[in-house]
Amino acid sequence: MSSFARKLFSHARLAKWAVSGPPFVFLLLFFVLPGAIMVIASFRYPGEFGGLAPLTAADPGTLQGFTLETYRFFFSDFIYTEIFIKSFLVALATTLLCLIMAYPLALLIARSPKKSRDFMVLLVILPFASSFLIRVYAWMILLGPQAALSQIVNGLLGALGIAPVQLLFSPFAVLISMVYVHLPFMVLPLYTNLEKHDPSLLDAAQDCGANAWRRFWQVTFPLSLPGVFSGSTLVFIPVLGMFAIPDILGGTGDMLVGNLIKEQFLGTRDWPFGSTLSIMLTIAVLLFVWIAAKLGSTRGRYV
Amino acid sequence: MTVSGAGHRGFWLWATSLGVYAFLYVPLLIVVVYSFNDSRLNAEWVGFTWHWYDVLLHDEDMLAAVGNSLFIATVSSLIATVLGTMAGIAMHRYGVKALTFMALTPVAMPEILLGVSLLLFFIQVINLTLGLVSIIIAHITFSIGFVAVIVRARLAGIDESIFEAARDLGASPWETFRHVTFPLILPGVVAGGLMAFTLSIDDFVITFFTAGVGVSTLPLRVYSMIKIAVTPEVNAVSTLLMLLTLTMIVLASKFSPDVLRGKT
Repeated sequence: MSSFARKLFSHARLAKWAVSGPPFVFLLLFFVLPGAIMVIASFRYPGEFGGLAPLTAADPGTLQGFTLETYRFFFSDFIYTEIFIKSFLVALATTLLCLIMAYPLALLIARSPKKSRDFMVLLVILPFASSFLIRVYAWMILLGPQAALSQIVNGLLGALGIAPVQLLFSPFAVLISMVYVHLPFMVLPLYTNLEKHDPSLLDAAQDCGANAWRRFWQVTFPLSLPGVFSGSTLVFIPVLGMFAIPDILGGTGDMLVGNLIKEQFLGTRDWPFGSTLSIMLTIAVLLFVWIAAKLGSTRGRYV
Repeated sequence: MTVSGAGHRGFWLWATSLGVYAFLYVPLLIVVVYSFNDSRLNAEWVGFTWHWYDVLLHDEDMLAAVGNSLFIATVSSLIATVLGTMAGIAMHRYGVKALTFMALTPVAMPEILLGVSLLLFFIQVINLTLGLVSIIIAHITFSIGFVAVIVRARLAGIDESIFEAARDLGASPWETFRHVTFPLILPGVVAGGLMAFTLSIDDFVITFFTAGVGVSTLPLRVYSMIKIAVTPEVNAVSTLLMLLTLTMIVLASKFSPDVLRGKT
């Protein structure tokens, strides 16, 4: 046996391949390959009856081969870029609202007695354990025209002489349920970070004469930035690609990237363009992760 | 001065936190309460009834969807548990970077991307008729990462010297796995499996793209119901589903407390 073969078939090697092989092959086949095919599909022509055109067409006159058509089409009409910008703004607003709501809660849990912390965290996770669709549906009831919330808001507006508004199927409904669905993603990383802070730092700041406001902004908050960035990533990315919430709670004008992609694949069946949009979304996500990582590391240097 | 200042701040922290907890729970409570409401409208409380649960039990489409969901969740979580456990061990012991990337990216990226790329792949490349098989494959793909992370966390908490001891005593890699590693990671494996089951039962987005026309699952059925007309039957099914996922999460946390610490 050559030394190479001995190395290849040694127990440790064999064990390594036996353990990593099956999940590796499965994910290669059903995650990496479909992704690669989507990249290829974005450079193809749509088929006559939707889907993709066959690569070798029976009639040489028909459209075949590769093209940049879908990408040209994407940039030819500003409406597509606009939908991307809108999705970006919705994701940004959701992330900020989640941060504002999650921070006090995470801080309270982190500063609570050790015994009660696990229970308080559990209370954040439990509603998040119920089905995504149910949590969206709950807002359909809460914001419905006959629900108390709509009655109160429109009663107040009526008293001020303003025409009643519809809460359901509006940008407001989309935003509030986006926040609702993703809030735990922000609380958990923030808490994990805040829990590790050394309380003596705050005592030191206080001894140096810093008031509560300065102690927070100059000690607690800068130290919590890694938690802020990881929470923001966990909220921002799923919101950027969300299609179900605008689909269920939004009006006709609340279309986001996710809805546009869904429409291409299941509605108009222009799969090459749907693939192009998906690639654009992937690039947007990667760009965000890169910026967040960059910001996280440069901020980290000052802390 | 400082003491009263701190007390004041503490009060505000408590008040906002209570507000956030209320924000998390009130919507779900309303769903549960209205599932017992003797009115077609989810607007005001009329009286107590089991009517919507009765409607639910006689809804053939819904029952078929529940059956599909349970079948898909059982098969996909079993396969995902095996593959995910392997992936978790490979990530921890051998540090296979490519595998870490492949297992965790489907978890981190927007769900719709996995959904449409699998749709494209199933139809255009392997010419698979969408249905139970395509849904199961899709669910395994996104569950592997969750199982792997839980198993890896479990492995990270084990003292490495115990494996060396097994080797020194002459155990083969398989014997070491069978008698040392596996019993130690078993709680993590079970927790990961329960997690995969819950994720599969709940999944809407990826199922939506990989289900085709013939097969419906519970979330797909709920989706089409709330798109057409909101009836308290949805509240009833939601309440039961909440009860189920709650049970699964509590069970998973019994096996692996990490599940509830936001580390996964």
